[in-house]
Amino acid sequence: MGGSSGRTLNLTLNVWRQAGPGSAGGFKTYQAKGISTDASFLEMLDVVNEELAAKGEEPIAFDHDCREGICGSCGMLINGTAHGPWKMTTTCQLHMRAFRDGETITIEPWRASAFPVVKDLVVDRSAFDRIISAGGYVSIATGNAPDGNALPIPKVDADAAMDAAECIGCGACVAACPNASASLFTSAKVSHLGKLPQGQPERYRRALRMVAQMDLEHFGGCSLHGECMEACPKGISIDHIMQMNRDYVAASWKGEPIAKAGGAG
Amino acid sequence: MNALWKFWDSSLGKKIVMAVTGLAGVGFVVGHMVGNLQMFAGAGAADAMHAYAKLLRTSMPLLWAVRAGLLACVVLHVTAALQLAARNRAARPQGYQQVTPQASTFASRTMLLGGILLVTFIVVHILDMTLGVAHPNFTHLDPYNNLVFGFQRPLMAAFYVLAMAALGAHLVHGAWASFRTLGLRKASERPLHRTIAVAVAIIVALGFMSVPIAVVIGALQPQGAASEMQASR
Repeated sequence: MGGSSGRTLNLTLNVWRQAGPGSAGGFKTYQAKGISTDASFLEMLDVVNEELAAKGEEPIAFDHDCREGICGSCGMLINGTAHGPWKMTTTCQLHMRAFRDGETITIEPWRASAFPVVKDLVVDRSAFDRIISAGGYVSIATGNAPDGNALPIPKVDADAAMDAAECIGCGACVAACPNASASLFTSAKVSHLGKLPQGQPERYRRALRMVAQMDLEHFGGCSLHGECMEACPKGISIDHIMQMNRDYVAASWKGEPIAKAGGAG
Repeated sequence: MNALWKFWDSSLGKKIVMAVTGLAGVGFVVGHMVGNLQMFAGAGAADAMHAYAKLLRTSMPLLWAVRAGLLACVVLHVTAALQLAARNRAARPQGYQQVTPQASTFASRTMLLGGILLVTFIVVHILDMTLGVAHPNFTHLDPYNNLVFGFQRPLMAAFYVLAMAALGAHLVHGAWASFRTLGLRKASERPLHRTIAVAVAIIVALGFMSVPIAVVIGALQPQGAASEMQASR
């Protein structure tokens, strides 16, 4: 593996600062000096925050967890693009070699009424959790673990489900959508479970309930601008939105069956 | 709350309604444009357009049923569009200081604006060329001369050309998006790719524009009223 490139950058940051959920926010300017091009974007913010802490100022709050591109915590709008300039890359995997020396970088939180700002760049994405609770689950047989491959799944379906399952729930699709729509996120979940035999029992109920929850959370509608797909760090395709729409139309036609009280056993 | 209302109330249901009514509109404009091309039938164009107008009136109940259907499509399409636009605006009360579009197009971003222009156009067009009340020299069932005299007003001809450019842009996004909204496409490596919609949009827009442009440059001149109409006078 190559070593350090040894180059450093001096940058001007234009960062959204907001003390709390209800308070008024605004942009503040910071200088980030001597940032290694090998640093990740979050490491750059760490360096800036250490300086702020040393000066007794409040560090810039941002969400982060795994820092390896799989947890979906670290979302922010960087120079007008969700997760910054690199395609299919989360903010933590974006490296500072993507920027030029002397550049000004504007950093904003995700903007959506469904994603209220908690502090600075941190937003509350629990609306996604409630969409999942509404229908993003499958019935399972309890008891012994089933034999591997006991349930045959065509490779095409398995691949399509896996593509959808790549979604890490980071919210970039909502952030990038001109309508702040959660259609890509919701459709990825509908498609992921609906393509697999294990997901069939709840398939139509799932589409109805997750779409209804999406509206209840005040996300916008899908205009097929395609911004979500470009912003998605996992490259989830808007083809999944077609799958969600098909299931939704079929489910609306069938109507949601009313379950009888009680169950077997 | 019954199932139909639930469907209409959901943002996805409204998109489905917009797609279905939008595709009905695409069918209508393609047919209308092809019919208009009879303006270029040469010396017999006035006769051809008159016969075409009579053909459309073969069964008045059928014509009125089609008109009612089209009106219903426009009302549903516009209502859903305005309601969704309001919801979309509410979904992002605070905008970004800087945003760089990655995939959206001029066509996709101007759907609402272009749609408002098209609704205005439909009202003007019906007053002008269907009812004739906004027309300087209107003769019922003489569409050829109605079009020629109508487009001899340069400002009106320019408005028609502008509206048809807006229609083209609306179709570039709408004709493509409708099929995807209805889930009628197969999964694709390039889901944003749209050849057929662009072709349809260009053909429809140019086809409609050809008549006012031909009148303005003098390629279409008034003709004696259709022979059948003269005979009946």
